[in-house]
Amino acid sequence: MIEIERVSRAFGGLQAVREVSFTVATGSITGLIGPNGAGKSTLFNIIAGSIPPDSGAIRLQGEDITGLPTHRLFHKGLVRTFQIPHEFSRMTVRENLMLVPAAQRGENLLKSWLSWWKVVREDREILRRADDVLAFLEIDHVRDELAGNLSGGQKKLLDLGRTMMTDARAVLLDEPGAGVNRTLLGKLAEAIERLNRERGYTFCVIEHDMDLIARLCDPVMVMANGELIAEGDMASLRQNPQVREAYLGTGSSGQTGTGT
Amino acid sequence: MVEVIQLLINGILLGSILALGAVGATMIFGVLRFAHFAHGDFMAVGAYFALSVVTVFNLPVLAALPVAMAATAGLAVAIDQLVYRRIRRVQPVILLISSFATALVLRSLIQMIWGSSNQVYQTGIQLPWRIGPFTLKPDHLLIFLAATGLVITVHLFLTRTRLGKAMRAMSDNMNLALITGIPADRVIMATWAIGGALAAAAGVFLGMDTRLHPVMGWTLLLPIFAATILGGIGRPYGAIFGGLVIGCAMELSTLIIPGSYKPAVAFAIMVATLVFRPQGIIKGTV
Repeated sequence: MIEIERVSRAFGGLQAVREVSFTVATGSITGLIGPNGAGKSTLFNIIAGSIPPDSGAIRLQGEDITGLPTHRLFHKGLVRTFQIPHEFSRMTVRENLMLVPAAQRGENLLKSWLSWWKVVREDREILRRADDVLAFLEIDHVRDELAGNLSGGQKKLLDLGRTMMTDARAVLLDEPGAGVNRTLLGKLAEAIERLNRERGYTFCVIEHDMDLIARLCDPVMVMANGELIAEGDMASLRQNPQVREAYLGTGSSGQTGTGT
Repeated sequence: MVEVIQLLINGILLGSILALGAVGATMIFGVLRFAHFAHGDFMAVGAYFALSVVTVFNLPVLAALPVAMAATAGLAVAIDQLVYRRIRRVQPVILLISSFATALVLRSLIQMIWGSSNQVYQTGIQLPWRIGPFTLKPDHLLIFLAATGLVITVHLFLTRTRLGKAMRAMSDNMNLALITGIPADRVIMATWAIGGALAAAAGVFLGMDTRLHPVMGWTLLLPIFAATILGGIGRPYGAIFGGLVIGCAMELSTLIIPGSYKPAVAFAIMVATLVFRPQGIIKGTV
């Protein structure tokens, strides 16, 4: 689904991502873990088109998407969520979702006057879809609240809901579990699993909560100091000395601190 | 007491004119993030467009209103495409300065085309209605009704149509709007068209109430910005409320201080808002 090939990016003298290559297989929930400053978020930003890579290529289903801006990727079926959830704070939860589907007829004023009944029909369809998503995520009781008034965890669910309003098939989740309480976290994990199983979404997930990663992700990529140091399922990674070193911070300074 | 109520009537009239200007200015700010200094001159241009229609076709002013609104909307979109679009990605302050330049150009064009002397839509004296101790000009009622109608139309546009919702979304969270695939260029064009049309209506109403003059819009820019800030920048409903408050405050102030200080009242309210409640007085809702 998503192929990352020898991607590098430096900020000034800091090599944030160095020659990283891996593939997010279609239908998988691929995890991306690593200590703070490992380059995970930078890599995500590169994949999602927020920043261009210095070198390397990103392919989505074989098509080169390197450096395409985020809204173009949206139309190609690649969407992302953010570590800190984004929302239209002065619009209701339902309106937040209803805004997402692209190329809506009603956005063209001229056409919307000439064929208003199509707009009405399309609107009803989007409304139904939004309500389905709200029911799926079990946040339908707050649908008429302003999104700005939601709790942090509910905003995370709304963020996930937004990706469900698209026809996207590849979703990048940036720390979906951060700041979410345990009960809500279970719900979030369940939603991700169901989307993956029932609707065939492919996920790539950055997460610090190892339990969540272990529950959801296979395979898991481990990054440290801008490099990909290991990949595999969580059980085997827990035994991997390199991974343990990276997380404990011993030995890694001698290897990579000098740079290459 | 009679005097206070009479001034309130005048204030609501001035307020609805200010509100129409402020709604456009605040929407432009919300979507494009800069204070549009040429907004007052959009008002003047709209008023003069209507004057041309009135004199050439010998129509009543209200019939010329839609023409003036459409023409000004077109002009606003054209100016955006010609001037502002090229510098959209630079710092907002540069946009602000260029809107100042646009204001100067528009004002000079008005003077070149229509002359710099005072003009009116119709000569002759209109007899005011006397309702008890109060006086009300028929024009005032027309202005109030038309302004109310326009405000309701804008409200329906913002809450019921996709483009209106997309506009609110863009002014709410620009980054998210862009990544969720909202057609930014189309929203920006619509914002200018609506802002221009509302400014033209405000200008025509101002011309009906008083007279036409090349600086008629420019002198109203300060109260319009005051109304925008009072209602919370980027919030159309706040701007309507702000316009009415500023209008009434300006009229009522003549009870205490000379009428020539009216703009100072608007300025004082603006400064007070910025000092004590920079987010505007309306909170929570749109």
